[in-house]
Amino acid sequence: MTTATAPRATSAPARVGVGERALAERRLGWMLCGPALAVMVGVTAYPLARAVWLSLYSYRITDPAGRHFVGLRNYGVVLTDHLWWSDVLTTVVITVVTVAVELVVGFAFASVMQRTLVGRRFIRTSILVPYGIITVVSAFAWRYAFALDTGFVNHVFGLGHFAWFGHRGSALFVIILAEIWKTTPFMSLLLLAGLAQVPRELLEAAEVDGATKAQRLFRVTLPNMRAAIMVALLFRTLDAYRIFDTVFVTTNGANGTETVSFLAYRQTITRTALGLGSAVSVLLFASVVLIAVVFVKGFGVDLARARGER
Amino acid sequence: MAGPERAAGRIGRAVGPVLIVVWTAVPLLWLLSLSLKGGDHINDGRFWPAAPTLHNYRTVFRTDLFTSALRNSIGISLIATALSVTLATLAAYAIARLDFPGKKLILSVALAIAMFPTISLVGPLFDIWRSVGLYDTWPGLVIPYLSFTLPLSIWTLAAFFREIPWEMEQAAQVDGATPWQAFRKVIVPLAAPGVFTAAILTFFFAWNDFVFGISLTSTGRARTVPAALAFFTGASQFEQPTAAIAAAAVVVTIPVVAIVLVFQRRIVAGLTSGAVKG
Repeated sequence: MTTATAPRATSAPARVGVGERALAERRLGWMLCGPALAVMVGVTAYPLARAVWLSLYSYRITDPAGRHFVGLRNYGVVLTDHLWWSDVLTTVVITVVTVAVELVVGFAFASVMQRTLVGRRFIRTSILVPYGIITVVSAFAWRYAFALDTGFVNHVFGLGHFAWFGHRGSALFVIILAEIWKTTPFMSLLLLAGLAQVPRELLEAAEVDGATKAQRLFRVTLPNMRAAIMVALLFRTLDAYRIFDTVFVTTNGANGTETVSFLAYRQTITRTALGLGSAVSVLLFASVVLIAVVFVKGFGVDLARARGER
Repeated sequence: MAGPERAAGRIGRAVGPVLIVVWTAVPLLWLLSLSLKGGDHINDGRFWPAAPTLHNYRTVFRTDLFTSALRNSIGISLIATALSVTLATLAAYAIARLDFPGKKLILSVALAIAMFPTISLVGPLFDIWRSVGLYDTWPGLVIPYLSFTLPLSIWTLAAFFREIPWEMEQAAQVDGATPWQAFRKVIVPLAAPGVFTAAILTFFFAWNDFVFGISLTSTGRARTVPAALAFFTGASQFEQPTAAIAAAAVVVTIPVVAIVLVFQRRIVAGLTSGAVKG
């Protein structure tokens, strides 16, 4: 921003021109940002406000005339329902396991990418493919791989006729596996950028001083890429918490695999209970905000700095 | 250094890349193999197809549900990408180059929207779209795609624009160019690679979207491929849709693999630019 501020130091007679210039710059700034801001806020703020408003009503699309104000009763219904808490638990389990495994696997991928000299391009390509692939497609691949009829997993591993999607634990295992496969690339690329920031001299100095591999990893590498790790964790946690596509395709929420997003979808779109569904949506939004606040305030993730904005 | 550690490192260096490639390739090869299996072999439980056939691909391209979805997906994704990148370029230029109040606000709004659970909006949008006639139309999907891809595009582009040599624009302005001319004639060519990266990431988002695709459409008019796949039931009610879905899935994965192959460097730069600059 140096160029923008530099002319301001000029003497008094020039100030009128500078003021006009600054004003023109301001106007141009808002003109350029206006459309983007309008689209971003228009499609999120208004519907969100409407979701909050709808959540205070008993309202089904199939019965518009029967819409009536119920206050916070929808929230009461959701929060006292066993299903809501079961879905929250499922979502939290998926989020925690997925992100934890991804952090380790993603770090391993990043280390491999950083060290590999031969075939770097090829490895980067193969890591990026899951990132670009449609989530629904990846979910189908995993579903068919584990399915009783079409699957090869039972066959190859000699598991007989084990119904992977018939039990909560094994169904969640497949869902988590599919999620990890699809989203580890994103994690590993953020970590690779973090790895590049670790000063080489520090690692060399540690090696000269006789530090073991583990010591160098835990005392030098990881502390120096803390910012990158935290940002990657924040983005992936928020993303994992919103899981929907994979659940829809693999189990359709059956056998205790329904997630919070899936519940919101089922209430609003499938059951067209917009009032109750909006209450679920607002609660989902609130929990995402809570996660973000915990990361930013609790763990001190400096997003502005981490995202390149000083 | 100790010899065994060196040797272990060398083995790790060789095995690591192989493991990565196998890990990413297995689900893809499985899908491909499934799509090549004929009706009798679909349940044989084998990884490789015993008698590969292109029958499923012919079925898929003869299915209106898929061909219309493919058309919708391509059209909607390209329109959303073009609009999103245009708006993001303007905004990111202002953020990187101009001094005006509210800059921080825009970046914060963008960041907040990037974290937004899209499903929270689906109910109200469903309701609003139905009353304003956007339900089951292309614009009905393009608009939400815009708002959810703008944040990443703006952040990526702002990071790129900060790296562009300022002096050239100043020189143009000294030579009498207005800020707008300086933007169009000097910055745009320099910024093209960044814009391109933002376009790829935006296209991936729109191509991948499922939540809006199933909630805001109901027919072949606007239903996109991910949504169509989930509701695909097979050519007849007696035929299992598995192999056809696998074939359709392979078809829509080809563009992704092609883009990744050609532009991998740009994608990595886009995903990490600004992500961890201290």
